[in-house]
Parts: sequence; structure tokens; C-alpha cells
Amino acid sequence: MYEQIASNKRKSFLLLFLFIILVGVLGWIFGEITGAGNIFVFFAMAIALFLSLTTFFFGDKMVLAISRAKPVDRKENPYLANAVEGLAIAAGIPAPKTYIIEDSAPNAFATGKDPKNSSVAVTTGLLSKLNRLELEGVIAHEISHIKNYDIRYATLVVVLVGTVTLLSDWMRRSFFYRSKRTKRASGSGGALILLVAIILAILAPLIAQLLRFAISRQTEYLADANGALLTRYPEGLASALEKISKDKEPLESANKATAHLYIVNPLLEHRSKLNDLFSTHPPAEERVRKLRSM
Amino acid sequence: MGIIILGSIVLIFLGGILVYNRLINLRNRVENAWHQIDVQLLKRADLIPNLVETVKGYAKHEKEVFEKVTQARASVTQAGTIKQKADATNMLTSALKSLFAVVENYPELKANQNFLLLQEELSGIESKIAYARQFYNDTVMNYNRTQQLFPSNIVASLFGFTLKDYFEIEEPGKREAPRVDFK
Repeated sequence: MYEQIASNKRKSFLLLFLFIILVGVLGWIFGEITGAGNIFVFFAMAIALFLSLTTFFFGDKMVLAISRAKPVDRKENPYLANAVEGLAIAAGIPAPKTYIIEDSAPNAFATGKDPKNSSVAVTTGLLSKLNRLELEGVIAHEISHIKNYDIRYATLVVVLVGTVTLLSDWMRRSFFYRSKRTKRASGSGGALILLVAIILAILAPLIAQLLRFAISRQTEYLADANGALLTRYPEGLASALEKISKDKEPLESANKATAHLYIVNPLLEHRSKLNDLFSTHPPAEERVRKLRSM
Repeated sequence: MGIIILGSIVLIFLGGILVYNRLINLRNRVENAWHQIDVQLLKRADLIPNLVETVKGYAKHEKEVFEKVTQARASVTQAGTIKQKADATNMLTSALKSLFAVVENYPELKANQNFLLLQEELSGIESKIAYARQFYNDTVMNYNRTQQLFPSNIVASLFGFTLKDYFEIEEPGKREAPRVDFK
């Protein structure tokens, strides 16, 4: 448990560091190609630093906004508010802010910087399709993510990895565009830079994907187990996972950058058997089996 | 030779400091966990006058039940030790049970919006009490166990750490059934 927290803090720091370096290198290559020079590196790194700090402190707000989550009114939804507050007490952390997403697909996620600044979001579909014990199971899973600091790393990944992917896409495009337009031979030094640029532009999204893998599988199993420990009733989460994974509706506001946050992958095309190997989520059947054998 | 003896004394001393700090941390955690229960118990006590008034509006003649609930509530707020608080809480829980049994005879009351809201709030608080109790008892178990195990028991008795009481209350019925599976 405490090891897990330390590892998450370390991973988050490493991710921020890597991000700034990677953007710096991308900036350098971009500067070399366009001839803007080294000033571009400092410029890129300043932006990266600014973005890192913003993400660290406001990443949860960004994620909630992307997912179209709205704060829950305690009076309107005492049932949900009570479940979240109760399980926060069971875990011994301050109650996270509760959000709701207007969507009939059942799903949920947690985000934030640490247990004191955290949020849980659930869809209206989750509230209507699950019974109380199942809902408590899902909330307990999310509360465990918060307690383990999984949310910090996962939220950083959403924004930072999203940015790197976007940047390298953009670079690749502008680079190919440029090379078609001006076929200027710039000696061996220029060719080397071009080679590095091509490799990096292709590699960056792959690295980003790897970083995303680092969060998911083991973390999900652990949050399932810790969640079951909070409710003392693994069957609640097990049957909730079954219901959520069998649901055929897509979640409108989820995308590739935020998919790994959710309790079950909200992108339907990733749920098939073939995608198991590349999926950010362990297969639901396996999670249900582990919960039932507890 | 002298160095070895001096070295072991320093090591034992450092180990003692580590154990002592761990015990203090655990004791603070127990106190914090107890505070969580207390907050919920007070919240429940605060709800009760409102609940009694609402029920009174429909069921004037059930004086006995009202008195029982009011008394139990008072003893919860007055209780000092953990044992007293647990007993008072059990009393209040059973008094509330008889109050809700009475409510069954008044269909209009059961449809009252204000009453329904209070009922949801109350059941929410009850499950929070159950969760707070679970967290508290886990924390106490950890603290007590550390005091009993060697070598931390030496430090514990040296500095007068005492075992804490568990908070034993009757669970609200709905949580009882699923828990049985794990024993």
C-alpha cells in the first residue's frame, strides 16, 4: 500500500521530467528543420514546464471538463453523495468531490492530485443500472485509486501524453509538408537531424502508449482488491463489472486520451478478445473471476 | 570490544525511537478514526429532533416512542467513554427501529416528502457510521497488535501505551447478510 503510493509519486515525477525533456528535444528538432535555431528549445521547454505545472495542479479540472462532468447537488442526489462519503470514511480519506456525467452508458472514474484534492465522476447510466451494493463496489474501487495516488499519475498521463501525441502528429505533418516543398540537400549533418526527426516523430506516440500501459493492468486488479476490502463484499463490484462490460452503449464524452481512467474501458472497439494484449484494461471476465475467488 | 557494546547500545536506542514514533503515529490514527465516528454520531443526533417533529405531526399519540428516542439521543450526546457511547448508540438504534415501526401505521406520513428526505439522510448516516466503525476497528487492531508484539511491547509498556477498546455496535440489518459470507 505505502509502497504503491511511493511508486506512484515517483512515476509521476519521472513522467513530468520525461515530458519536459521530450518536448525540449522535439523543439530542438523543429528548430533545426525550420532553421529557427536553438531559441526554440528554450521556448518549447518553457511551454512544457508551464503545461506540466498547470496539469499537476489543474489536470483534474481539465479531465472533468473534457468528460462533461457536472458537480452533484447533495440535495438532488443524496444517495450518490452518501455512498461516496461513506466509502471515503471507510478508507480514511477526506470525501472527494462528486461529479455526474449525463450519459446512459454506465461507467465511472476518479481524478485529482492527492486524496485531499480528488474527484469521483459517475454517469447517470451507472446510477440507474446498478443497485446500491454494486454502486458501492464501483465507488470503493475509485476511492482505492484515490487513496493509492493512482489518480495523480493517470491524470498526468491524460494531458501530457495527449500533448506529446498531438505535437508529434503535428511535427510529422509539417515535416513531410516541408520536405515535399523544398528539396534542399543540406549535407550530412542535416540528413542526420532529419533521420532523428523521423525516428522520434514515429517513436514519441509509441513511448506515450507505453507510459499509458504502465498504469493499467496491475493497478486495476489492486484497486479491485482494495475496493472489496472497503465494502467487505467483493460480489458487489464483481456483478457491477459484469453489467458495465456487457453494456452495449458507447460513452460519448470518452476518448483515447481519457479511456484508461475509467473503471471499464469506455471505447467499445477495445473490448474484443483480439485487443486484450493492447488494451489499457485487464479483461473484465478476469477481474470478475479474481473478485469471486476472494 | 567496547566499540561493539557501544554500537549495540546505539542500535537499540535508535530502534526504540523508531518503535516509539510508530506507536505515536498509530495512536494519532486511532484518535482520528474515533473522531470520524463521533462526527457521524453527532450528525445523527442532530437529525433526530427534526425527525421526531415530522413524525409527531402525523402520529401525536405515540408519546412512548418519542420519549424513548429523545432519551437515547441525549445519552449519546452525553456519553464519555467509547463503551458508553457504543451502548448509547445501540439504544438509539433500537429506539429508531421502533419509531420506524410506528411510522408503518401512517401511510400519509410515509408519503411525506420531508420525511422521505430525512429517512434517506438517516440511512446514509447509518451506513457511514458502519464504515467509520470498520475503519476505527481496523486502526485499533493495528495499534493493539503493535503493542502486543515483540519487541514493540517493551517500548509500549515502558511509555505506558494502553490498549484501545473496539467500537462494538449492532449493525443496521441490511449490511448484516452479505458480511456473513466472509467468516
